[in-house]
Amino acid sequence: MDKIIVGLKRVVDYNVRVQVKSDGSGVETAGVKMSINPFDEIALEEALRIRERGEASEVIAVSIGGSEAQQQLRTGLAMGADRAILVKTDEGLDALVVARIFKAIAERESADLVLLGKQAIDDDSSVMGQMLAAIWDRPQATFASEVAIDGNAARVTREVDAGLETIEVDLPAVITADLRLNEPRYVKLPDIMKAKKKPLDEIGLADLGVQAELQITETSFEPPADRQRGIVVDDVASLVTALKDKGLV
Amino acid sequence: MAKILIIAEHDGSALNPATGKCVTCATEIDGAEIDVLVMAASATDIAAEAASIDGVNKVLTAERDENANAVAALQAPQVVALADGYSHVFGPSTTFGKDLMPRVAALLGVNQVSDIMSVQGPYSFKRPIYAGNVVVSVDAPADKTLVATVRTASYQAPGNDNTAAIEAADCAVELPAHTRFVEARSGDSDRPDLQTAARVVAGGRAFASEENFELLYKLADAIGAGVGSSRAAVDAGYIAPETQVGQTGKIIAPDLYIAVGISGAIQHITGIKDAGTIVAINKDAEAPIFEVADIGLVADLFQVLPELTDALS
Repeated sequence: MDKIIVGLKRVVDYNVRVQVKSDGSGVETAGVKMSINPFDEIALEEALRIRERGEASEVIAVSIGGSEAQQQLRTGLAMGADRAILVKTDEGLDALVVARIFKAIAERESADLVLLGKQAIDDDSSVMGQMLAAIWDRPQATFASEVAIDGNAARVTREVDAGLETIEVDLPAVITADLRLNEPRYVKLPDIMKAKKKPLDEIGLADLGVQAELQITETSFEPPADRQRGIVVDDVASLVTALKDKGLV
Repeated sequence: MAKILIIAEHDGSALNPATGKCVTCATEIDGAEIDVLVMAASATDIAAEAASIDGVNKVLTAERDENANAVAALQAPQVVALADGYSHVFGPSTTFGKDLMPRVAALLGVNQVSDIMSVQGPYSFKRPIYAGNVVVSVDAPADKTLVATVRTASYQAPGNDNTAAIEAADCAVELPAHTRFVEARSGDSDRPDLQTAARVVAGGRAFASEENFELLYKLADAIGAGVGSSRAAVDAGYIAPETQVGQTGKIIAPDLYIAVGISGAIQHITGIKDAGTIVAINKDAEAPIFEVADIGLVADLFQVLPELTDALS
């Protein structure tokens, strides 16, 4: 296969405990550490491994957002992506619009595979890869924990509620990465230097023939209902008594 | 008036309880007429189960050989063909629903509302984001089909005294050949299913080995509990991935959850917030799991777990 496209979303780092703004209008992201969505990093690592096995020739990292998303693309280039594309926009986009953007890029690049994270850890929607596969009219293999490329097809093991499931999909296809697919490599300093010279193209939605759209609007944000800290017991006997008092055992 | 189609999840012979919880969610939309779609190779028994769910108007069956296993690329076109006339299409927020429903939504040209935890109106919902640290209210357009997944842990199982009509649906759409089911492997366990068990015991990295998890399994068997785990325990290879509870694993709501040797990262806590009673056993008194535990016991699991198992046997 020739080209693999990987999506890298800029999200609040997974170690940050986000706060709702006091007026409920959003989530406080000013001054907060931002990172590549961890599942996207796993997707990129898998793409790199496929290329390193000689089963693909080029890995293209794609992000959507403002100029600040260049940081995440540079990190992706330092990990080993060959080039990057930033689709520059400041507008809020539905996942379906993001899927349209990826479809346009996949078609422009004649991509054989689009590798994405199974969900972004900010909105936790877990929908974009499936939507891309639907409108691109191609197969989807979601929640992948193992990917084997076999000529013009991929055999993918998926983490499902009942255990593991294996499907075979013809390429081009969309694969979304689960946690256990691989462990992403660490970026070394020389790679960061090298990444500065790799191409990072910026394009707009209009270049792709996609219109910004927001079907679903977020009207207010609130913290979740908190659970109260309960009692602490001293020993097993007291624990058993407490459980029996509640009628739980 | 809302006309809601719910996509049934099943294993080929029995209905998954997640389906009933979707019905409970749908009944919160005023005046909703609720139909259930069963796509299967042989749908008779599953459809009968679905027809018994209180609040269901009608059960549609789509029987095709291709439905022997749930493959999203093959099932989405069938759902789309049958979605005409429905204002809403719901599925559970399980790996089945998460795989299928966004494909349905995109084919219908709409975005999806994921993980409904509360119904505010026919097109207004609340859903969790940022690993459950934030709840967002969303509005969707009323002039488009609303496709959504339901966070099943937020809803109770419905009653089963209904006898809804069962109809064969015309699902003779052309299906793609680009996706082929190969095999499914599940951990053969006689224990209750993690997502529906009334009691769940879960273990974390503190178990330190796969062998030591036997201590947890003995406790599970003593009280008839399902078994869960933290990401750290799965990543370490102590226990199978399908047991993982949390943001990227399963979201559960048992009556009793006993977390053993789990520190309680926010990504884990979000998976158990709806549990009735949370018990935490951890030797670190500062572990964040104690902030949400109803009953805490600061102790070494290797000392207290056998004692607890004996006491509850």
